[in-house]
Amino acid sequence: MIDVFSEYWRVYLYTDGYQFTGLVITIWLFFFSVVIGSILAVPMAIARNADNPFLSRSVWLYTYVFRGTPLFVQLLLCYTGIFSLEIIRNHELTNAFFRDGMHCALLAFVLNTCAYTTEIFAGAIRTTPAGEIEAGLAAGMSKFQLYWHVILPSALRRSLPSYSNEVILVFHSTSVAFAATVPDLLKVARDVNSATYQSFAAFGIAFLIYTGITFVLVWLFRQAENRWLAYLKPQND
Amino acid sequence: MINEISRPSYERRAMISVEDLHKRFGSQDVLKGVSLSAHCGDVISILGSSGSGKSTLLRCMNLLEYPSAGRIIVNRAEIRMKRDKTGNLRPVDQPELRRMRSKIAMVFQHFHLWPHLTVLQNVAHAPIHVLGLGKREAEARGRAYLDKVGLAPHLETRYPAHLSGGQQQRVAIARALAMEPEVLLFDEPTSSLDPELVAEVLKVMHGLAAEGRTMIVVTHEMNFARSVSSEVVFLHEGRIEEQGKPEDIFVNSSSTRLRKFLSAA
Repeated sequence: MIDVFSEYWRVYLYTDGYQFTGLVITIWLFFFSVVIGSILAVPMAIARNADNPFLSRSVWLYTYVFRGTPLFVQLLLCYTGIFSLEIIRNHELTNAFFRDGMHCALLAFVLNTCAYTTEIFAGAIRTTPAGEIEAGLAAGMSKFQLYWHVILPSALRRSLPSYSNEVILVFHSTSVAFAATVPDLLKVARDVNSATYQSFAAFGIAFLIYTGITFVLVWLFRQAENRWLAYLKPQND
Repeated sequence: MINEISRPSYERRAMISVEDLHKRFGSQDVLKGVSLSAHCGDVISILGSSGSGKSTLLRCMNLLEYPSAGRIIVNRAEIRMKRDKTGNLRPVDQPELRRMRSKIAMVFQHFHLWPHLTVLQNVAHAPIHVLGLGKREAEARGRAYLDKVGLAPHLETRYPAHLSGGQQQRVAIARALAMEPEVLLFDEPTSSLDPELVAEVLKVMHGLAAEGRTMIVVTHEMNFARSVSSEVVFLHEGRIEEQGKPEDIFVNSSSTRLRKFLSAA
């Protein structure tokens, strides 16, 4: 394993000499999917709980579709499927966007993680204790102030544990990006495997790198929970 | 003597009144026409057995509950309301409603502190975001009121869950005071406390009454109602059964229902 790694470490970690590859691509894809998906999920989660049935049902339909189908299928549809449509290729902008596998992978991952994250946030918003809301109302807060200063700070904190699961799942899911020709970590491992026939070493290296990053993510989320969920912990002093 | 003369015109200013208030939950009439006024400096205790509508009455006053009929007048201005699809009255003007609520602070039975905020943040939260105070000013104000309710300064960085019930309720009172409201509503403020913690909260409320604050208190604490109130209201099945000075209620009342309630309490 060490000899394979000492020969291919650059490809695994960041470049094959022509373009970025491996871990850098995996992290890039993961990071932007999670950040964009989570930011979009906040207004979506509010809309999911809206009184307006059109609003809440459209969001419900979206999360149902994207949570109800495999990510791999969504990715293939985004990359191969959409690009096979004439309208897409005939427009300059859509043509340029969907030609690039990276764009398609990012789009598919954002849509997918946003759907799950929306439901996580929406559930936390729904279970905000009525008393916290009434205290805000009684103090004269507007609906916007109530969401921004009471409901979201409380709900997002409470969703941290399940949100951390989702984030780690997204990180693992990036390994299907090779289907859109994205040179991510697993794609590199497959290439190394076919070049060296040392399957155990080729995939073992990817395995260890994935494990290491997951470990860092878990650690980061533990720090976040220590900080933002301190109010739930028993106090020892 | 000078006091005696100058007081009435000031004291009789009605801070909040409800007129002929009705509230119906489904097929159940909880309030059947209640009228009540709190004047500046009044401490009104509302008594009644469970289900008599006393909490509903209080919650209608700041419109946490929308009444089915009636009028609410705060500082001589009537809150404009319109009937909605469910048959309840809804405030027409949201900014007006919020201004009204920011002048009427409420203390809840279960405290309802924001659990993710520290004690000081809880107290400064609404002054910052509703009244628009600067953080420093709001925190200074918050500290002053935490001191007033007798909370030790080192507790200000604690989270509510790490305090006793009595401490939490005193923080909730400080949070209400930090809005510098014109009226304080208390919804059974001691009912969820252990018996030995009740006294510390009642002591704070005693102090507030002595300062001349206008308070409306739904309570089961007969001694408090008797010794602190300027007026006692006894609700029975959604109507005011008896109303008057504490001695009229506790000593001279002829209502058999009230006598029965008092002997059971």
